[in-house]
Amino acid sequence: MLIRHSPDIAPSEITPYSAYLRRREFLAGFGAAMAFGGAAQAAPLAAARGPFSTDEPRTPRADVLAYNNFYEFGGRKSDPAENAHRLATKPWTVRIDGLVAKPADYRLEDLIKPLALEERVYRMRCVEGWSMVIPWIGAPLSEILKRAEPLGSAKYVAFETLVRPEEMPGQKGLLQLLPWPYVEGLRLDEALHPLTILAVGLYGETLPNQNGAPLRLVVPWKYGFKGIKSIVRVSLVETQPKTSWNMQNPREYGFYSNVNPNVDHPRWSQATERRIGEGGIFAKRRPTLMFNGYAEQVASLYGGMDLERYF
Amino acid sequence: MRAAPVFPLAGWRVPKLAVYVAGFVPAIWTFYLGVMDRLGPEPIKALEQELGLWSLRFLLLCLAITPLRRAAGVDLLRYRRALGLLAFYYAALHLSAYVALDHSFDWIAIGRDILKRPYVTSGMAAFVILVPLAATSNNAAIRRLGGKAWARLHRLVYVAAVAAAAHFLLIVKSWPAEPLLYAAATAALLAMRAFPAVLRRARSIPAPRRRRALTS
Ligand code: HEM
Repeated sequence: MLIRHSPDIAPSEITPYSAYLRRREFLAGFGAAMAFGGAAQAAPLAAARGPFSTDEPRTPRADVLAYNNFYEFGGRKSDPAENAHRLATKPWTVRIDGLVAKPADYRLEDLIKPLALEERVYRMRCVEGWSMVIPWIGAPLSEILKRAEPLGSAKYVAFETLVRPEEMPGQKGLLQLLPWPYVEGLRLDEALHPLTILAVGLYGETLPNQNGAPLRLVVPWKYGFKGIKSIVRVSLVETQPKTSWNMQNPREYGFYSNVNPNVDHPRWSQATERRIGEGGIFAKRRPTLMFNGYAEQVASLYGGMDLERYF
Repeated sequence: MRAAPVFPLAGWRVPKLAVYVAGFVPAIWTFYLGVMDRLGPEPIKALEQELGLWSLRFLLLCLAITPLRRAAGVDLLRYRRALGLLAFYYAALHLSAYVALDHSFDWIAIGRDILKRPYVTSGMAAFVILVPLAATSNNAAIRRLGGKAWARLHRLVYVAAVAAAAHFLLIVKSWPAEPLLYAAATAALLAMRAFPAVLRRARSIPAPRRRRALTS
């Protein structure tokens, strides 16, 4: 849905100049990230403060970068930080296909260029019972989807992570923890919700590899594993897509996986959580909030649904 | 039984006290790291896991004493009580960390966990079994019970080991290697007892009958 279409307006006139500069910075950042290669992946990336941001204390950057579930790089929380530097995120292509008027393979730079990047400080609640507060940088997923012009028949969005065993040690060897590629999905209305973003950075920098570089999904009212990382494909589809953890254990991980303190994981309680980086060994748990505290924004998406059944 | 020269501990007798002292080093070190806030992003979980893991390790070491004697001729029997008690002490510390640090004495949540969550239930079962075993791990108790009854009681350690290994397997989200390896080690140590003939054949000497009751 393009609002202004006349080709004689320069992009710099449509876009606020500051946002325009930020995009230039972002692209420069990507270049720099490439130049340094491997270890020094992150490059500075500025963004205006976006809506829905929380004022809660942010989880220390060091913890956000060191404590990750990204099974493509191994099963321990420390594995992604150790192994993810092997991933080459340049060049990066994202395919947008399925029920859209304009299916295409986008170079990441082209996908990002028209977007006004925002900082969104969101709570992130892992299904394992811990949480963080992370200043993401990204843009609403809806803006990217609209550009591909979804057809009326599209009801869901399916996402896919890169498969590249040479650079992702968790994707090879004897003990593979999940089937690859990692896949995730959202209902179309969830995907178009203004809280849902595609992130390209955090803490004022391009995404570190262990956090899902170069492009990841952030859906703050759902458990963290819905936030698929290192995305290479986004497809609009008619039927509910398969999702990795649901395939691995359908009894324990549902398609929706909305944060819900009243619906326990079959093996552990979801009523409380531990905020990472908060107070050492004498810190207390804190109560988990319905929809991770975003009920005001998203509860209406699930009106009349039995959330015990559609967990 | 002659000591095997390959194993240095067997030649020079390490005092039992040294086993206890060394055994507590991981607990003290981990707690020190915790107080210094050097246990990573989830320090309580790290402390809890470390204590649980050491409990399981000592439990398995304890179970390895008899097979080592039978199959390899290494006699570390005099340290078995220390290893068993260390397993119990670590389980008690692990439980304390769970109750005090992880759940801040929220007895309702703790009770619900123990009743409802198989991984906590199995951990608790392992701990409850270890209590009477620890209480009777002294010479006076052996005399009072008599060797046979004492040995029969202490066979419960196998049940505790199975419960502890299951406890570890039931926590994890996928199938990572570590709990599988511990479960395999537990299974192997128990299988050696279920099929003693295998061990005997391995050494091609018959096991001394008289000692069986006390050492199996
Ligand atoms: C002999 C008794 C026990 C043994 C050998 C044992 C062993 C273990 C082991 C090996 C772990 C996993 C550590 C890791 O992930 O690296 C663990 C975790 C755990 N144990 Fe136990 N345990 C015992 C008793 C208990 C009891 C009595 C409770 C509570 C009532 C308990 C609660 C837990 C909890 C909650 C965890 C998970 C910690 C976490 O990952 O957050 N355990 N235990």
